[in-house]
Amino acid sequence: MAQHQVNYASSGGLPVVLTTADHLINWGRSNSLWPLTYGLACCAIEMMASGASRFDFDRMGVIFRASPRQADVMILAGTLTKKHAEFTRRLYDQMAEPKWVISMGSCANTGGMFNTYSIVQGVDRIVPVDIYLPGCAPRPETLQYAVMMLQKKIRRQSADMKKNKLQRFV
Amino acid sequence: MRKYTPKKNVQAKAKYNDRFWVAPRVPREKVEEGSFFESVVDVLKSNEIELLDYYVELGQLVVKINPEDNVKALTVLKEKSCFKMCSELSAVDYLAQDGEFEIFYQLLNLDKAKRARVITRIKENQAIESVEKVYKMANFAEREMYDMFGIYVNNHSYLKRILMPDDWVGHPLLKTYPLQGDEHAAWYEVDKIFGKEYRDIIGPELRDPARIDRYDTKRFARIGHEVPFGADPDLVDKTETKIEDGYSKTFLTDYTKGSKELENRR
Repeated sequence: MAQHQVNYASSGGLPVVLTTADHLINWGRSNSLWPLTYGLACCAIEMMASGASRFDFDRMGVIFRASPRQADVMILAGTLTKKHAEFTRRLYDQMAEPKWVISMGSCANTGGMFNTYSIVQGVDRIVPVDIYLPGCAPRPETLQYAVMMLQKKIRRQSADMKKNKLQRFV
Repeated sequence: MRKYTPKKNVQAKAKYNDRFWVAPRVPREKVEEGSFFESVVDVLKSNEIELLDYYVELGQLVVKINPEDNVKALTVLKEKSCFKMCSELSAVDYLAQDGEFEIFYQLLNLDKAKRARVITRIKENQAIESVEKVYKMANFAEREMYDMFGIYVNNHSYLKRILMPDDWVGHPLLKTYPLQGDEHAAWYEVDKIFGKEYRDIIGPELRDPARIDRYDTKRFARIGHEVPFGADPDLVDKTETKIEDGYSKTFLTDYTKGSKELENRR
């Protein structure tokens, strides 16, 4: 038994966690990203697949919420029409801080193949976007990777969201 | 087993002879005597509906009527000829050609499995009577027609835009409406959400950055070798040498009026 004995004083294995408030808060935030269920077009199918058992978003702490008040992340999955843009912005405004946006797929990123009068040419005209996820439609693995990238981004940021705000939308 | 074809010299032969082959116009046949369609035409005539033209196209009866007769004609077709279903109703923009809209009603007889199309032409700014009382589907279809073409429908129960937002300006399915939207469409979401003063902050839409622009003489100077690098864009039209179009003119050919162009190509 002696070899398993922990010498707290000498081994550095102190039973105390030493960290900054930023790290602690960001650890919590990044591991419980609750996205708003917001499927706009075919990308939503891939988003649903990501949430289901085969790809299993739950293990990453990603649990879809049906209300913007409970959500941290807005995954804009699909083509955003100009008619709907108003409501997207309203839902974004209803989300509590801190909040992030993943633009999923070509249509959300740039308007994609819909180079027409009725489609918003990139959702970053409406809401500030954190992660642009390419693909048409992106595979669920890609969406998971995007969430992991967002987690990395959150861990790198300051916990004080005021410092992280995009200049454009201040 | 698949039929044997000789494989000799197969590479030398072109698979398609005419790359720019134009499909011939859909033939218009006369209404056969004794057919179901003849009885439909007779019923219309006996109910004092003026038929401007009628023929069979791809196995479907096409009847051209005056726009004032539309409700009466459809009522007759529904009640006497048993066209119980209206599957489609909309308009076609012929404003540039003829200054008219063509409105069509696509009907289906479920008993005989026959289709008929009633077409009528109206001038720009001319309204049409609603057929909502005859076919209920006309409620949405006529709203869409109003939304997309700006054609007013008289006596419609709820004539309101159906696809575009209520405060949209313009009617997108008109041939004169630009595909990428007009000034209003370009700023619609910005104006609505942030207000007009945010236009400068958000900036114009970035549409198709890979577009080839012949007036951009710096980035596209070599396309067709028209003008020297960096030439004044105003001089492009004046100085460039005329080069035959490298693309098919098929869609520009009016092959409905005389078949010379078509024969030349063949």
